[in-house]
Amino acid sequence: MIKGGIYSEILSNPGSVRIKDIPVLPYEGFIEQTVALLHKENCHCLDYFAVKSSDAYDFYILIANDESHKVLVYSHRQNHGLKELESITKSSFQLHVFERSIWERFGIGFVGHPWLKPLRYPADRFDINTHIAGHPFYSIESEETHEVGVGPIHAGVIEPGHFRFICYGEKVLHLEIQLGYQNRGINNLFPSLKNHLHRSLLAENIAGDTAVGHALAWSLLGESMAGTSYNPRLAIERIIALELERAAVHIGDLAALCGDVAYQTGQVACEALRTIMINTTQDWCGNRFGKGLIRPSGTNYPLTSGKAELIYQRISEVCRRFSEVTDMIFNDSGVTARFENCGTVTARQAFLVGAVGMAARSSGIHRDIRKSHPFLAYHDMSYSIPKSEGGDVMARAHLRKAEALLSMDIICKLIEKHSELCNSEIQEPDYKLQFEPASLGFAVTEGWRGEICHTSLTDDKGQIVNYGIKDPSLHNWHLLALALRDQEISDFPVNNKSFNLSYCGNDL
Amino acid sequence: MLREFKVLKSHGRQYINDLRKQPVSEEFRGRPEISADITASEISLVSGLCPAGAIDANNGSIDMGKCLFCNECSFALRDKIWFTNDYRIAAGRRDELVIEPGNSGPLRLNEAYIRKEVRKMFNGALKLRQVSAGGDNSSEMELNASGNVNFDFGRYGIEFVASPRHADGIVITGPVSRNMAEPLNICYDAIPYPKIIILAGTDAISGGLFAGSPAIDRSFIDNHKIDLYIPGNPVHPLAFINGVMDLLGIK
Repeated sequence: MIKGGIYSEILSNPGSVRIKDIPVLPYEGFIEQTVALLHKENCHCLDYFAVKSSDAYDFYILIANDESHKVLVYSHRQNHGLKELESITKSSFQLHVFERSIWERFGIGFVGHPWLKPLRYPADRFDINTHIAGHPFYSIESEETHEVGVGPIHAGVIEPGHFRFICYGEKVLHLEIQLGYQNRGINNLFPSLKNHLHRSLLAENIAGDTAVGHALAWSLLGESMAGTSYNPRLAIERIIALELERAAVHIGDLAALCGDVAYQTGQVACEALRTIMINTTQDWCGNRFGKGLIRPSGTNYPLTSGKAELIYQRISEVCRRFSEVTDMIFNDSGVTARFENCGTVTARQAFLVGAVGMAARSSGIHRDIRKSHPFLAYHDMSYSIPKSEGGDVMARAHLRKAEALLSMDIICKLIEKHSELCNSEIQEPDYKLQFEPASLGFAVTEGWRGEICHTSLTDDKGQIVNYGIKDPSLHNWHLLALALRDQEISDFPVNNKSFNLSYCGNDL
Repeated sequence: MLREFKVLKSHGRQYINDLRKQPVSEEFRGRPEISADITASEISLVSGLCPAGAIDANNGSIDMGKCLFCNECSFALRDKIWFTNDYRIAAGRRDELVIEPGNSGPLRLNEAYIRKEVRKMFNGALKLRQVSAGGDNSSEMELNASGNVNFDFGRYGIEFVASPRHADGIVITGPVSRNMAEPLNICYDAIPYPKIIILAGTDAISGGLFAGSPAIDRSFIDNHKIDLYIPGNPVHPLAFINGVMDLLGIK
């Protein structure tokens, strides 16, 4: 509670705070403080959620301050039977998804919310009579426009979601993205599961393309809540895994982007490089997506010097070839003509939406948890996060190239550092970590899409009573909808792929 | 043009020549083996440990349809349970995915269970529609990889198509979320007869970790004859392709 703000400030990531130490604000004060904070360029919302206890609803908000490297936590409390609250979204648009989620689960309406409709149709929604097939889409009454509905099942092999375009001829006037088809109730399973091994597996299956990012958020959270000690070797190995995941996806997505503009040489060359990357992860831990590698307080797959050497060699080879391939892709006029000025998201739009990760950075919003709230080995590394401006498909493609190269550079540097540590002790996972009682814990990691935030609330006995998962896609899906405005509908696939957002990470 | 020649020279030949014999990493976890002399107390230990409930508490068998291939049972009992890197783990009947202690033989698709029309109609070309129903996108990415420049299952006329009207069958990934139950039914109904159903990945076969979640609906799986079960978390491209080759009778 410093400098006029009424909140708990936590400098560490992961971090935790006793629930009784979290300030409870009257709702008017909560609105005022939230709006003031979120208008600052260096602040954005990590998560905002409600928990129903026996006597009230408790609402918690976590705001990241990128400049002070702190996480701010505060709350408000409402009685049962509450029907509605004033919406904060009308002043701070980035809360739109969080208010929708709270409304959908508990039936608490948000007055003045411009877009209050279901977010993911979970099994525990308050109004079980609503059905995903009856979603109240925005529509325009006009004889000159037409609607195009795509999904939930898409033409390719991808996850389900529904896209509703309102078009004037070939031009998209409006796109609404409706998700929820992937909802498996994953956040509710966390508190109900038997032990931390189950939870570790669940964390790896939140979004399989980000198995390392999510499993790491879960593991860091657990370790922080149990107060376990920092292992420098493990801290390096986990970052190597996370950066392997990032580089592999960016290379794979460049393949897909080339595929979407019918540039086959670029596609197959990147596909082959991605295969090398994920097979390297498989050589380390037996799984191409890194499942099984990240566990609380230790690992079953320590990085031996032999494996580290293998990774180093493969990365060097991929790095050399990737430079050749990207040199070719970005010099092909057939590709650049399709990428440039396509699907532009302005910095202002990205700021209002609360965008995170690479999508935000390609629109000039330079948020990166690795820098703003460093965790593990990022603490003592010097490197600069690539910047990209312009906010179009080209900016996102360029950023992916730059980030993949940076990831490979980080991996090589860390392996050199690791060689001094690879004989140091590394423990086996601990599935019996005892969580600090009556606390709110959080861990934020920078996955390849952007920040992943996991939160837990414990009771007086240290049992997890609520587990929150926020995939970066939750913020960023709205960017895709904005990117498509005034674009040709035929440019949808290349735009979609340039973001490559997660359906299951959003739907939980 | 020069840039492209440079790329193609480095690219070389990526095509996997023999998909039946392609070596995979020693670390890869495929078909498990359980020692015949596993004791009752050891069985009790690992069946209690298994997060997926895949190990039978009475006889110690491992059900690959439930197994998440996390290897925790093997870490607990290294000399009694181990996962081989054998990726030929597909089966035509659910109970064939259960590996008994002492059984270390390769798993081969039992031809007696394959419907007559499958090989007659599809062994020259098999067009598949894929439905992700609560999948975590890792099995979906592996199915995409099955057709990429390395694995290239298109060489056998196997392909994913964009419409159920063009398909000979459906490949389901994910535990089948409630919100996907209806679209899945609609998609299946739109495929002309005869048609096959393939379950790809442990989630699809048993629900995996989500089996007890109120947000999933397994009625489609329970009410239809499944032609091919391919376990994995996610399903490996080689496991998928070899399974489909076995089903079609491709040597």
